[in-house]
Parts: sequence; structure tokens; C-alpha cells
Amino acid sequence: MNPITTRRGLAAGAVLLLAALAGCAEDTPAAAPGDTTGPVAVKASDDGCDLSRRDVKSGTSTFSVSNGGSKVTEFYVYAEGDRVMGEVENIGPGLKRDLIVELPTGKYQAVCKPGMIGDGIRGELTVTGDAAAQVDTDTALKDATVSYQRYVNSQAIALEEKTTEFVTAVKAGDVAKAKELFPISRTYWERIEPVAESFGDLDPKIDARVNDVEPGTEWTGYHRIEQALWEKNTTAGMAKYADQLLVDVKTVVSKAKTVQLNPLQLANGAKELLDEVATGKITGEEDRYSHTDLWDFQANVEGSQAAIQALRPALQQRDAALVTTLDTNFKAVFAAVDKYRVGDGFKPYQPTADERKQLGIVVDALAEPVSKVAGVIAKK
Amino acid sequence: MTDQQKGISRRGLLGAAGAAVATGVAGYAAHSVISNEESHAADTTGPVEFYGEHQAGIVTPAQDRLHFATFDVTTDKRDAVIALLKEWTAAAALMTAGRDIGQYGAVNGPAEAPPEDTGEAVGLPPARLTLTIGFGPSFFQDAKGNDRFGLKTKRPKALVDLPHFIGDNLDPARSGGDIAVQACSDDPQVAVHAIRNLARIGFGTTAVRYSQLGFGRTSSTSRAQTTPRNLFGFKDGTNNLKLEDTAKLEDQLWVQPEDGPDWMVGGSYLVSRRIRMTIETWDRTSLSEQETIVGRGKGTGAPLGKSDEFDAIDFEAKGNDGTPKVATDAHIRLAHPQFNNGAELLRRGYNFVDGSDGLGRLDAGLFFLAYQRDPRKQFIPIQNQLARSDVLNEYIRHVGSGIFACPGGVPAGSFWGERLFS
Repeated sequence: MNPITTRRGLAAGAVLLLAALAGCAEDTPAAAPGDTTGPVAVKASDDGCDLSRRDVKSGTSTFSVSNGGSKVTEFYVYAEGDRVMGEVENIGPGLKRDLIVELPTGKYQAVCKPGMIGDGIRGELTVTGDAAAQVDTDTALKDATVSYQRYVNSQAIALEEKTTEFVTAVKAGDVAKAKELFPISRTYWERIEPVAESFGDLDPKIDARVNDVEPGTEWTGYHRIEQALWEKNTTAGMAKYADQLLVDVKTVVSKAKTVQLNPLQLANGAKELLDEVATGKITGEEDRYSHTDLWDFQANVEGSQAAIQALRPALQQRDAALVTTLDTNFKAVFAAVDKYRVGDGFKPYQPTADERKQLGIVVDALAEPVSKVAGVIAKK
Repeated sequence: MTDQQKGISRRGLLGAAGAAVATGVAGYAAHSVISNEESHAADTTGPVEFYGEHQAGIVTPAQDRLHFATFDVTTDKRDAVIALLKEWTAAAALMTAGRDIGQYGAVNGPAEAPPEDTGEAVGLPPARLTLTIGFGPSFFQDAKGNDRFGLKTKRPKALVDLPHFIGDNLDPARSGGDIAVQACSDDPQVAVHAIRNLARIGFGTTAVRYSQLGFGRTSSTSRAQTTPRNLFGFKDGTNNLKLEDTAKLEDQLWVQPEDGPDWMVGGSYLVSRRIRMTIETWDRTSLSEQETIVGRGKGTGAPLGKSDEFDAIDFEAKGNDGTPKVATDAHIRLAHPQFNNGAELLRRGYNFVDGSDGLGRLDAGLFFLAYQRDPRKQFIPIQNQLARSDVLNEYIRHVGSGIFACPGGVPAGSFWGERLFS
């Protein structure tokens, strides 16, 4: 794999830096033994996530993540409840990327996700220094906006990279490679779907199913290519759709990077992602040719969780019981999807009526409390 | 809000309003006791008292409409079940009084939060809504016999698993259920609203297993009511138990202190059966054969050989050819207490038409609901006899089934099932 990346100007306020060229990692100075201020070296592999140290000083920290495994990996720093403090996506084998993130005093988890799948390989991370500042709710809500913008930004970057790979495979006529990349590139799309959908016509151009298309309009996007790959096992005639997909995705990405969602929009976006799951994914109508719906399902729920957890500090102050319920019910949904895992992916989604019902029950159980978040956030 | 083109109507979120006006969103508000208003069978708009010695919706003069649902409990936490039953009870008391649920109801809550009440009953009268709860065998122990909520020893002996009856063709997806809620009202929208809101409150604790809409009550439960007709076109429920027969109700309907368990005293056992009628073949049957099968005149509802609906049935009367006027295999003979050791039922069924079956026929029938003191002495022997010999079986098929223990009434300040959990 050889993603084409260029140095990107990042939105103001973002704290993500990317290696200039994929495939040739920049050297980060290694931390001297006993050094508690330099960058933390993270050695990620297919079954490991070793940190050169697990305690850092409060303030800005740098994590230099190098992927020595054979799978694409992701690196996250989570606060309680899997609140994303910072992350780097799409670190290919042999690549190194830096995460620069500001961490207040407290307990965190450093997580690698080889194969981008599941809970990942987790370890403790302790941040010491000044006592953690007690943040008032207004500040916590402002932080939520910034933190979620970081998340959207890194998802958008990975979306463009992976879609580029997918499109390259389609145009090269590599059916097997394209099939492999299809659900993975969609993962980044599905995680930030409500943001992407807010740009009018782009969503239907990128993500319309055949029955969504207005008569007289050409059907384009992911699912058009999906049909050719799985129904006809070919990429013939797909080059123009692949080119168009990449153009459209790049437009979404450039817009997404500048989007600032207020806390209410975060809460509503989290609910909408679960609506997507309840109405589109559980039924299996999203990826009807490839049956890769569970990738989309998982990504929708991850995106929903990222938005909700960005609000966590404010929610905790206003309705701690709701936070507990949300944590429990997010866990239950992930556990239900985990039953379908095979290796780094999922079984083809062709569920029995009972399997579909069981997934519906856990999603409904989560969606109802998620729908209450906006009201709590709006309280004055 | 961006104007969506291309036939996709998913909502973008950037247009969402951001102004906050909320003053607080609580859970479902604690309920204050609703004043007791007298209800009359003739008044189809007023409220029916929710609290009392017995659950409403059993001897309450049968309303015109039904929305019946059973729920599977999806949690293994006893406390979560108790919390749900408390919330359900508060909501049920409000809805039966004709009020919105929650602290703010359907339209007065914060703009950013989903309304607590779904809203389709706003402006409608209470419409004699009753909500009646029952607990199925699977609530007490699962299929493997495991004690789910520490209630295994509280399962009443009378709450048996129904046996297989000859001819049963039960769909598991339309049978069973851990909890049943019967919503009856004179307004279908009020009944639907009630079940919908209970289902919503239940997300995370319960999931709807199946639900059934019914119309045109097929039984009268009061002498003040006329006897309605089922989809065979016959009067149904002429000899039903009536709320005026108080002594008989103690004997046949209400669980007595000596029956036990304590939590069921004043309660009753509900058997539900979804009975599909092959109405198309029935409609091709001659009038005389229809009447012979049922044992009554189709117009008058009178037993064969009599002239008035409420005339006593003469099972001995013979026609000129020496055969009994009420045939030995007629429905009313086989179902009659005289041939069932005196056992009776309080029937409260409803007609249903759930669209069509794809074979050019209506998916129609009777959603049979019967309350009784002990199913082992009442429904089960009666149905065994009917399943064996009733000629009507040619035109009916039992396709759904359930049995539920419906506890005694809810005293003000208590909640559904409190005595069961205490």
C-alpha cells in the first residue's frame, strides 16, 4: 500500500501533525532513558502496543507511533468512557506518525487498533502535574466542540487517504484489492456521516443506494462501484465513477475540516448516527451487494460514541446517571457486533430474523438515552 | 437545513437550531393520585379509574378497541424491571386519566429534547382507556428453568404452560411473552398511543415481542351492553360472565385468598389466543349449516329452538327427525358450563383484520382474550373439548397463544407488580 499524501494545512486549533510522506517516516528524537518530557515512542504491531513510558507531564505531549506490524493501525488516547483526547488514523505498515495532544492531569488509556477493529490493545497512561483543573460546564461544552472537531478532522484525512487507495485499486482493475478496501474506506465516511450529510448534494452523490436515485439522475458513488465489484466481479466501466467519487470525497473532506459543531449539533449528530444504524444498517440495505454492512454499523456507533463522549465532562456534571446508562449501552452494542467478527473484519451480513431482532434491541436501548442528551446539554 | 435533492431525505445537522430554552428535563414525573371520577358504560369519552381492588380492563364494560402487546424483558437486572414497572404505572395512571405522560408532556418540554409523550393523543378524551398487565411463565423462569429475577418461587401453580391443543398451529413470534399489556379504549388512537409510549419507556429493559390491534369487541361484559358480532356474523358472548354477577365473579374470575399466592389475590389469569378465521370458506357455507355449527340463529342470536337471544338453551330439545336441535357437536354446547363442570370464562376478545395473506384472502379472525380464576379448571379443559369435537374447527385455526398472571389491582401509591416483588 502506498497512500499518496501531501502535507496538509490543518484547520486552526487542530493539534494533529502528519508525516510528510507516507512510507518514509520522519525521525522523531528518541526519548532518553528516564526522560519524562520528550516524545513517547509507541511501537505498534499486529498484537502489541508498547509505549516507551506510561507517564507524562500535563500539558502537550507527543506520541511517535511506528507501525511494525502488517496491518493498518490506529492510535488513540482515551479519557474515561473512551472519550477521544486525540488520535491518528490509517497508520500503514512500516509507517510512523506523530500525535501531539494536550492532556490535563489524570488517568488515560493509550490504545492501538491493529486492523482498525474492536476495542484495541489497551494500556494505562498517567498524566501528572498540576491538580486537574475543575472545568465548569460552559468550558466543558466549548472543549467538546474543539475535541470533536479534532476527531472529524483526523477521520476526514483518513477518509481521503483510504478512498484514494480504493479508487486507485478500482482504476487498476484490481478487484480483490478494491473489495478489501471498500468497507475500510467507508468506515471513515460512516463515522462522520452526519457532518458529511450536511453538505447538501454531496451525500447522495457519494453514498446513494440504487433506490435513492431520482429518475433522470445518474447513480454514482460507493454503491455504484460496489455493485460492479460484487455482482459482476469487475471494475469495467467504473473508472469514471471512481474519479468522481474521489473528487466528491475531497470536497467533503475540505469542508469537514472547517466545520465547527456546537454541542447541540454534536448530540443530535450522535442520535442521527444511531438512526442510520436502526433504519439502514440493521436491515442490510446499505451494502446490499457486498454485505459489508457491519463495518458501517460499527463505524456509525463509533462516530456516535465519539460525539457523545466529547460531551462527557458536561454531561457528567448535569446528569451522571445518564452517562452511566450511555456507557453500559454503548458497551452492549459493541458486544453484540463483536459476535460477528472474523479476523480483522466481519462475517458477511446476512442475518436471520432473530439476529436482526437482537441487534435492533441493543440499538434501541442505546438510541433512547442518546436522544435525551440534547435536552440535558441545552439546560441552562 | 440544506435542501436535499436526489430523493434522499436524510437530515443534515448543520441547520439544527442551537438556541437553548430548556429549564430542565426530568425523567417521567412522579405521579400524584388522580381524582376518582365515576365512569359509566354509556360514556365513551370519560376516564376509567386506574387504581382499585382489581385491575381495570377486566370487568370494565368492554370498550370498542384493543391494542394488545407482549414484551420480552431484555435485562437480567431485577432493579431495572422494578424501576420500569414504576415508570409504567405512573404513565398508565396519567394516560388513563387522559393526560400526557412525563413532566412536560407532548408539547411543553424543551425544544432541544425529544418530547416525553409521543403526542398523538393530544386533544383526545380519555376514551375509557384501561391498561391491564400480566406476567407470563417466562417472566418467572427461562426456557432452561433458570430463576430470572428471584421470582421462581412466586410463580403461581395455576400459571401453567398451556398444553398443545389438537389443531394448534402456533407461530412462536406471535406467542408467549414475559409481560402482556392489554390496552382497551373506545378510541383506537388512544389505545395505540398507550402501548407506543409504554414500549418507548421500556427500551433498554423490554422489547415488544408482538402486538395486536383489535376492533369491534366480540363480548359484552355488562348487561348494559348489547351483544356484538364476530367476523362469522354471529352474536358472540351472550352467555359471558358479566360484571353484575358479583358472586359468580368471585367463583369464576377473581383469585381468592385460599388460592394463593398472596400477590395474585384479587387478580385473574388471562389466556390470549390469536384465532385465524378462514372467513372466505365460511361465507360459502349455507345459512342453515352456519347456524347448526354455532347452535344459534344468525339473526336473533337465539339458541336453536328458541326465539330470544337470552332464552335458556334447551340441550334436550329434539327436532322432528329425533336429532337434538342444538347439535351434539355445536359450538355453544361444547363450550357451555353444563358440559364443562360448570367452568366459565370472562371473554373480552376483539375482531382483527391484519391486511391480507397474499393468497387473495383477508388475514382476519378473533383475538380471543379470556380471564379466569384458574386456567387448569377453566380454559384448558374447555379448549381440549372444543379442539377435539367442535365443528367450527373447520373454519378456525389457533395461530398465537399466551397465558399471563394478572395481579390484583393497584392501590394508590403502589405500582404494577409491587406485591410480586416485595
